[in-house]
Amino acid sequence: MPAATTDITEVFDKVNPDDRKYTREHEWVVSEDGSDTVLVGITHYAQDQLGDVVYVELPAVGDPVGYLAKMGEIESVKAVSDLFSPVSGAVAEVNGRLAQEPELVNNDPFGDGWMLRVSMSDAAELEQLLDAAAYDEYIGQL
Amino acid sequence: MTTDTSPAENFRTTLYDTHVASGARMVPFGGWDMPVQYEGTIAEVEAVRKAAGIFDVSHMGRLNISGPNAAGLLDLLLTGSASGLRVGRARYCFICNERGGVIDDTIFYRLSDDEFLLIPNAGNREEVALWFDRQLAGHFDGRGVQITDRTMATGLIAVQGPQAAGIVDGLCEDFSPGARLARNPGRDPQPSLLRPYTWGRGHIDGRRIFVGRTGYTGEDGFELAVQASDAAAIWERLTGAGAAPCGLGARDVLRLEAGLPLHGHELSDSISPIEAGLGRFVRRDGGFNGADVLDYQRVYGTPRQMVGLTMPGRSAPRAGYDVLADGSVVGIVSSGSYSPTLERCIAMAFVDAEHAEPGTELQVDIRGRAADVTTTELPFYRRPD
Repeated sequence: MPAATTDITEVFDKVNPDDRKYTREHEWVVSEDGSDTVLVGITHYAQDQLGDVVYVELPAVGDPVGYLAKMGEIESVKAVSDLFSPVSGAVAEVNGRLAQEPELVNNDPFGDGWMLRVSMSDAAELEQLLDAAAYDEYIGQL
Repeated sequence: MTTDTSPAENFRTTLYDTHVASGARMVPFGGWDMPVQYEGTIAEVEAVRKAAGIFDVSHMGRLNISGPNAAGLLDLLLTGSASGLRVGRARYCFICNERGGVIDDTIFYRLSDDEFLLIPNAGNREEVALWFDRQLAGHFDGRGVQITDRTMATGLIAVQGPQAAGIVDGLCEDFSPGARLARNPGRDPQPSLLRPYTWGRGHIDGRRIFVGRTGYTGEDGFELAVQASDAAAIWERLTGAGAAPCGLGARDVLRLEAGLPLHGHELSDSISPIEAGLGRFVRRDGGFNGADVLDYQRVYGTPRQMVGLTMPGRSAPRAGYDVLADGSVVGIVSSGSYSPTLERCIAMAFVDAEHAEPGTELQVDIRGRAADVTTTELPFYRRPD
């Protein structure tokens, strides 16, 4: 059996960071330095449910994204799921590493596995999303 | 994968606590709560292809069919001959309805002249047992066959991969084969000397095991039937000897790479073995349920045929997606996935016979996008000799 150390690592990974907001579709969004530019990704819980991610389809730089509207697809060995944007705005950057290293989404969902950098058009949308405590409670009930 | 939506009522295998304790993610499948993955599907597939993996397949049924008319009844119900199967051997075949549709696919072992062990799929176990009971009522005056469901009293563990034989040999004591071994150059008999589709018996730490040289991954390997109360201890010994625990996710990818059908996808009560390209597991001398339909299909062909599809990239055709030729629907995907072993996407699909020739360029409608695919012969993966 894998030793207990594996479990301890997982416990740390599973903590949903306090610095960001969450959707019920398991995306996260974090404002960079309080600006209107945000990073978007999926949560540890989401990647764990998906299993090994093999492909991420994302919009291109300049494309519009809408609040809780479909922004792409994520495919694991097992299944394919839609990705939803937590905010409205325009895509400023796409994480190009995911094309060759989709496993970053599994290995570091809150860090190197980020998906989009978005220029928000309506920062008030962030207030509608779940904070870390509310998201913890939400996934605890699933 | 077909999944059940009522987890509260699911069965648990005798290894359930072992799975949960080792961090497996559990999902409902075929009426059972089963591990879908441990470390991750891709790593588990690689372990089986390159080393050894271990699977809890206790959710599959164990039906003991015995009595003076057991072989006679099975001959009537299976597409493979039971009376022609020698003691010590096993066979893969189908349980067909009168229309040639597949009630289930199965591996069965001949334990003695009058006794067989038959393995139906998890979700079909009760239906198969009921079907056998009902069919028996119409033959042999309903006598001379006893059907005993041993599923809950036993566990079934698959050990698969190029290192499976070494691992099982290393743990198995006082092994005795059910049939003559492939070669026995002056050594004590051991499981690695079993030919494919034969079985033997032995012990691991004094616990009895039934060892079949069978599996469903496209690799060499064994399936071990054990007492339910012994399963967890034997599982620990096998993993301790280097077999990586694997879940249903890996199992599904492995069987797909090996071109093996999954009931509910490539086979069903409305899909015949001939359509699925599996006529080699249907005997030609008739005398079993569905034989007339299957004979006819073998001679005259079927409107649709099973093909393999391959495509580059990682966005896979999935079960239920349409197969297109020049924009028209000509078939449907039955199973599909990214293949970690082949590093491209693979699928099995039923297409109109005119498009089934290997090398045909077709498309699959992947959520509104027509992706180019090429038809190919099965299997996608064949293990190196």
